[in-house]
Amino acid sequence: MSGPYRIDGGAIDRGRSLAFRFDGRSMTGHPGDTLASALLANGVRLVGRSFKYHRPRGVFSAGSEEPSALVELRNGAHREPNTRATVAELFDGLEAFGQNYRGSLRHDLLAVNDLLAPFLSAGFYYKTFMWPKSFWERVYEPAIRASAGLGRLSGEADPDSYDKGFLHCDLLIVGAGPAGLAAALAAGRSGARVILADEDFVMGGRLNAETHEVNGRSGTDWAAKAVRELASMDRVRLLLRTTVVGAWDHGVYSALERRTDHLAASNGKPRQILWRIYSKRAILAAGATERPIAFGGNDRPGVMLAGAVRAYANRFAVGAGRRVGLFTNNDDGWRTAADLTARGIEVAAVIDVRDRRPLADVPGARILMGGRVTATWGRRGLKGVELASGERIALDCLAVSGGWNPNVHLTCHHGGRPLWRPEITAFVPGGGLPEGMTVAGAANGTFTTAAALAGGHRAAAAVLDGLGVSVAAGEAPGASDEAAGVSAFWHVRESRGRAWLDLQNDVTVKDVVQAHREGFRSVEHLKRYTTLGMATDQGKTANVGALAIMAEQTGRTIAETGTTVFRPPYTPVPIAAFAGRSRGREFRPTRLTPSHDWAAGQGAVFIEAGMWLRAQWFPRPGETHWRQSVDREVLQTRGSVGICDVTTLGKIDIQGRDAAEFLNKVYANGFAKLAVGKVRYGLMLREDGIAYDDGTTARLGDHHFVMTTTTANAVLVFRNMEFARQCLWPGLDVHLISATEQWAQFAVAGPNSRSLLRKIVDPEHDISNEAFPFMACGEIGVCGGTPGRLFRISFSGELAYEIAVPARYGESLMAALMAAGEEFDAFAYGTEALGVMRVEKGHAAGPELIGQTTARMLGMQRTVSKKKDCIGNILSERPEMNREDGLELMGFRPIDRSQELSAGAHFLAPGAEATMENDEGWLTSVAWSPELGHAIGLGFIRNGHARVGETVRAWDGVRGRDVPVEIVSAHFLDPDGERLRG
Amino acid sequence: MIIDHPLLGPRDAQEFVILGDASLIDRPDWQAEDAAQQFHDYQHLRDNPAGEHRELWFHEQGDRSWLVVTRSTLTHEVLKVELARDVAIARGRNR
Repeated sequence: MSGPYRIDGGAIDRGRSLAFRFDGRSMTGHPGDTLASALLANGVRLVGRSFKYHRPRGVFSAGSEEPSALVELRNGAHREPNTRATVAELFDGLEAFGQNYRGSLRHDLLAVNDLLAPFLSAGFYYKTFMWPKSFWERVYEPAIRASAGLGRLSGEADPDSYDKGFLHCDLLIVGAGPAGLAAALAAGRSGARVILADEDFVMGGRLNAETHEVNGRSGTDWAAKAVRELASMDRVRLLLRTTVVGAWDHGVYSALERRTDHLAASNGKPRQILWRIYSKRAILAAGATERPIAFGGNDRPGVMLAGAVRAYANRFAVGAGRRVGLFTNNDDGWRTAADLTARGIEVAAVIDVRDRRPLADVPGARILMGGRVTATWGRRGLKGVELASGERIALDCLAVSGGWNPNVHLTCHHGGRPLWRPEITAFVPGGGLPEGMTVAGAANGTFTTAAALAGGHRAAAAVLDGLGVSVAAGEAPGASDEAAGVSAFWHVRESRGRAWLDLQNDVTVKDVVQAHREGFRSVEHLKRYTTLGMATDQGKTANVGALAIMAEQTGRTIAETGTTVFRPPYTPVPIAAFAGRSRGREFRPTRLTPSHDWAAGQGAVFIEAGMWLRAQWFPRPGETHWRQSVDREVLQTRGSVGICDVTTLGKIDIQGRDAAEFLNKVYANGFAKLAVGKVRYGLMLREDGIAYDDGTTARLGDHHFVMTTTTANAVLVFRNMEFARQCLWPGLDVHLISATEQWAQFAVAGPNSRSLLRKIVDPEHDISNEAFPFMACGEIGVCGGTPGRLFRISFSGELAYEIAVPARYGESLMAALMAAGEEFDAFAYGTEALGVMRVEKGHAAGPELIGQTTARMLGMQRTVSKKKDCIGNILSERPEMNREDGLELMGFRPIDRSQELSAGAHFLAPGAEATMENDEGWLTSVAWSPELGHAIGLGFIRNGHARVGETVRAWDGVRGRDVPVEIVSAHFLDPDGERLRG
Repeated sequence: MIIDHPLLGPRDAQEFVILGDASLIDRPDWQAEDAAQQFHDYQHLRDNPAGEHRELWFHEQGDRSWLVVTRSTLTHEVLKVELARDVAIARGRNR
């Protein structure tokens, strides 16, 4: 029913059929199938095209090591390229496509690359696209990009959701094969907190793919029973479809769980979860991966790993072919012949490279000991093989076994180097394992079932002992030891045609030989020169073979040749899983000001300021350009009164007997003598003497101050102040707490600000100019007893206040201010108007504090007190930072008042060439002053104060502007401060 | 990475911000005769050992303690964790 190659038995649910499509063709499979097994069952052998030569590619393995059968899964925005068909669980309605072809999969137009193969060998790109240089950007790169890559991205946002999670355990077991299950049973029965993770959708590992017996029953049954027992234990968590992809410091592992990949739709559930697992100990029981033998034409669909052929027959009830051959260098490969024969699949030939007595009699098969496969034929799939003897044998599947590689990957994640064991021709875990990790089973080089079971059991017992858990595990499950002899045999020298090592990257034996000839002999160079072992499979089936060939070339042993170490992740992890829920608007938190909803209701335009959303301006009916709104807001404020939410400024509450002394140390200017009820401007330096933040600090009591910082530096200033408090002056009695989000704060600015506030501030508080002068502060009540604070400070240069209330009253206060301001025609203003007014006033802000700015550049050298110790004091005295002809903050206005200015423009003398040598400084901030009616700017220019009245050019090569400007005072308006003191 | 906070127990390194060499605790005397040279060295010179290293970490997403973490830069093993304040006091910074 579900395909002509379906056989009896297996662990599929024949009671249900699943319809799916591949490259437009409708087929059916069963629950328990992978896409690969269902394709094979339906006789589909050509699944994709190879990366470089566009050679036909089919299913090669039955697991996550698959180099070859890469497909595009699903449709539209859900499309997922480069998915391994061997791990894609079949579901009803699944749609998949072959990839990396132009035209059709059967008739790929780019297959012409294969004919060009003699010119496309290793290092082709490096050698070919060198000249002419001008060709790179316009010819080579576009052409390469068009033909590079495998599957296609959808180009749309991923519609699925992803999540992250955190788990804790005593023991993490990676892999639920015989070793992992035995370990989990031992640990679970002893009451330890266990997590058992396996990348497959059924636990049991090779037990499900082989015909081994455990404790007198079939391996599959034993595994299922073990899983049932584990599932009944409260302290054991089973993670199916979960790949442990990385080992991190101190027992932390990352694991990717595929939650809904096997369902037609995720129905709003997270598709995948990236777990961070905190473990006290870990047992790596990740098993082993079979490797092929390289011979001529070994990349044709139909040439498969022997263990995969067994898995398809035993577990998935699929014959990978109707006339199967076996090519092996080891005893394990022979199981293939026995298993297939038992399932009624014809085994035509058993070719063993070892010149010895046959291991078994295989009815009907040619047994060729000491045989070599030298070539294959079959255009889109295997039709037969040719042997060194010249004999040709018709086959539609060749099962190849070159031995097994323990999956040591996670043991290398902390720099551990695998160790070569010649007697099993394999790398096993060496030293340098992640702390707390032990390795058991095939991952440790013990390949037989009995040894894996015993090894897992033993490893768990040792771990429990180390954790102080009494072991109540009983005996290890029993099984017999299979024959596991292997001889080192990597490639057939007599091969005709190309012998492939890396099916994914089209790397042949010849490429490795060439790399050696051209001097790329270290394993790491080999990898990068030939691209061996790159991309989705990371060379799981290719690396060791290539290494062996490099060892032959250099005349060294494999141990001497070494191996590349493995880095996370073990198998590919979608970027979306790393992002989890932190995408789009949720990429980071959004902080809203207390008046946000009010502002949104007014139609405000918002701008991101760090995590904050701030109102940028408030458009009024009829205003079509932002400048109209901003100019109006500025004139409104300077003419009557404007209100601006300044809650985003950092606020730090500072208390303690030594609070004043502490402030003296973190601010460059003095604070010890600040009177209670007064505010002072403060400048902060870094220890290297550079100014990095400024703000105001109010003294509310003898031992109580409130500091404001810039919005951008709120976190950094607090961190630095805690450093000063805890690490530099631990003897001071002072405590800090961030109060940024606890207080809503509004600037009320303009000549009518006092009149407006009189309606808000409770009448018992006298806020007349005499009682509450410029730079006064105090605790007040507002709107009938609501606690608040009032500061008479001004960023705009107008008579102005900042009023603060607990954040929960913020929105109400905004509404109250607007209502009370109606008679004064009060309006809210945004960050743009705020910026215009501060440029008009010559206040430095972010564009001026750029990490190179000294107090002297800001004209504040005299505020840096030399009578006290403060951070940055000593190094701010460095001569270069105090040159008489240094940069100074000045104002600039265009000689032709109609001209615009641009921030970033550099100052040049009239007639001077635009070169670095002639550079005299630059414009930092510009604005259009509605009060003055022309553009104004702030900037740093050499020796500026001595040059007031001089004309220089503001040269902006980017925008093509060259504007003559006059150097003026940075204080464009009210230089004597009469307004703010009024 | 896990840092065993002296007050809060084992915490993930994600909760912390690292500043670097714990020698930053040893801020020179501003009135020393060669203060400029001392501050220059304090600001700019760091040892970069392969092996044991004392580092300042700030528990920014936690209790805001500055910690001195003694850590092997080769294995990432955390050998000792102290409150930086205690270290600073032990080095006489409270006078």
